[in-house]
Amino acid sequence: MSTFEARTFGICAAIAVALALHAGSAAAGDGAHFGQPISAADAAAWDVSIGPDGRGLPPGSGTPAQGAVVYAEKCAACHGDKGEGKTNARLVGGQITGPGPVVKTVGSYWPYATTLFDFTRRAMPWTAPKSLTNDEVYAVTAHILRLNGIIGDNDVMDAKTLPQVRMPNRDGFIPLFPGKH
Amino acid sequence: MPESKHRQGAVTVPHVAGNGLLDRRALLSQGAAIAGAMSVGAVGATTGAAAEPLVNDPWSLAPGITIPPYGQPSRFEDKTVRTLTNPKLEPRGSAARTPHHLLNGTITPNGLHFVIARGGFPDIDPDKHKLLIHGRVKQPMTFTVEALLRYPMTSRVTFLECGGNSAPLYAKDPIQANVQALHGLVSCAEWTGVRLSTLFEEVGIDPEAKWFLAEGADAPTMHRSIPVSKAMDDAMIALYQNGERINPSNGYPMRLLLPGYEGNMNVKWLRRIKIVDGPIMAQNETMAYTILLPSGKAWQFFYPQEVKSFISHPSPGMTMKGPGFYEISGLSWSGNGRISKVEVSADGGKSWALAALQTPVLSKALTRFRMAWNWDGSPVVLLSRATDEAGNVQPSRAAFAAERGQPRTSPPVTAFPMEHCNVISSWGVSAKGEVTNVYI
Repeated sequence: MSTFEARTFGICAAIAVALALHAGSAAAGDGAHFGQPISAADAAAWDVSIGPDGRGLPPGSGTPAQGAVVYAEKCAACHGDKGEGKTNARLVGGQITGPGPVVKTVGSYWPYATTLFDFTRRAMPWTAPKSLTNDEVYAVTAHILRLNGIIGDNDVMDAKTLPQVRMPNRDGFIPLFPGKH
Repeated sequence: MPESKHRQGAVTVPHVAGNGLLDRRALLSQGAAIAGAMSVGAVGATTGAAAEPLVNDPWSLAPGITIPPYGQPSRFEDKTVRTLTNPKLEPRGSAARTPHHLLNGTITPNGLHFVIARGGFPDIDPDKHKLLIHGRVKQPMTFTVEALLRYPMTSRVTFLECGGNSAPLYAKDPIQANVQALHGLVSCAEWTGVRLSTLFEEVGIDPEAKWFLAEGADAPTMHRSIPVSKAMDDAMIALYQNGERINPSNGYPMRLLLPGYEGNMNVKWLRRIKIVDGPIMAQNETMAYTILLPSGKAWQFFYPQEVKSFISHPSPGMTMKGPGFYEISGLSWSGNGRISKVEVSADGGKSWALAALQTPVLSKALTRFRMAWNWDGSPVVLLSRATDEAGNVQPSRAAFAAERGQPRTSPPVTAFPMEHCNVISSWGVSAKGEVTNVYI
């Protein structure tokens, strides 16, 4: 075998080994198909999306009073004792029109109560996101809505009641897509 | 008209607009014209100093330093760094801004690319990271990093810009800060990865689906709703940034890239895509990244970053080195396509001249513009105004405020009083050569 042939044989052997290795993967046919099928049940732990209609809300419930306890312990340090804001966003009151400064809060600006549950569950508290139970997230959500005067003291927030909460700025948005862009 | 000519030696370069803007021939590096033009001003002043005999410096007389495995910039360039709003990672978001006043060209080095992160950046082990695509698909699937690296790749140079970039230009009074603070939340890189449409075809996306959501693997697990039409147009799962694997603070091991769209939608540390029935109304598309108008109504789903430019050289915080020749240069871009022209004014907008555009001019990429200038030492106001191939023109501050409302406050330079602010920047140059942010 000449040097050239030996080198060619070596390359061919390497390709053959590579192809044999790949044959064991999910790839099939011409084209690149390397995705691994997964069941909806196996994807459930990551599927935390909640639609504005409440789709995706988990079981559980909470009241403003229960939420006040969680809030004092986990939220007040950054957002203030009554949601007035501290090192992080103000959550209560504010206004978006008028001569004074614009203050966007859950009460004055957020169009959907479901977003408050979703954001709290995925991202809060800042130092330990995803550490609250679903009951605690419902309760904190209820507490913040109560501080804004949007629900009553005895209203229970759960998968059925939360999407029914009508936020004051629900109709405050003009979607530019589709349309302008 | 002798005052409209820039004459030096035997060569004359025509002035093309007020206060000394010169024909682009003065930028050329060859021919007689340049020899004449370049012999004034800064160059002329330098050569006017008494010449000293040349000597060999120490680095020319001994072997140098071992070449490192990964090179770093010269130790003399240690000022060329990002500015940080949260260097101790307190419980709040972080912004790192690109030092455009210290860079040239159009590509942002990976270590200087701007970053906004809500909770620091995650230290992701690529062997444990997966991308899930599910929802309205025939077969939900996960894709490992190793699997994605086997797909056919595509590369494109594109800018990324935070929706809140340039917001300080919307302050009631001009904020004195450099372009890193004013415009540092835009950067540009060559991104390489897998077309999102390829993966959507593999999972069998519902042909009627109009929206998907994309979610990151960082602590706040940030997510956004995105039109499927963008996925089918030019979106990619980016794996490489300027040739190397994506920088950790910019999304390693993979990020969503939506060329021209608001930065926040280009989800970093991407771990999940779900095909959904409609927008999910995430916090970042209701509370944040919406534009409140004077009527009390707010624009939502404002996606393309609209046409913009600014002059980086000279720019606020710099001091000119006396009258003479200068190259004015800056950056322009549009999320709607290519830049078609950039005009520069040195007289506060009374007269304009076309700047030279550095080629290649790429769609949805930073485009460098250059203009030759002979500064006579008198106070001037420098402006740049970009137009994109769709015909969009960068608005004046007055036109912008007429639509969005008059700014009522001058908040800190790191605040975001407005989203998608693309007003014309105006830099004043005093007789002493000091450059400041001014309103005209």
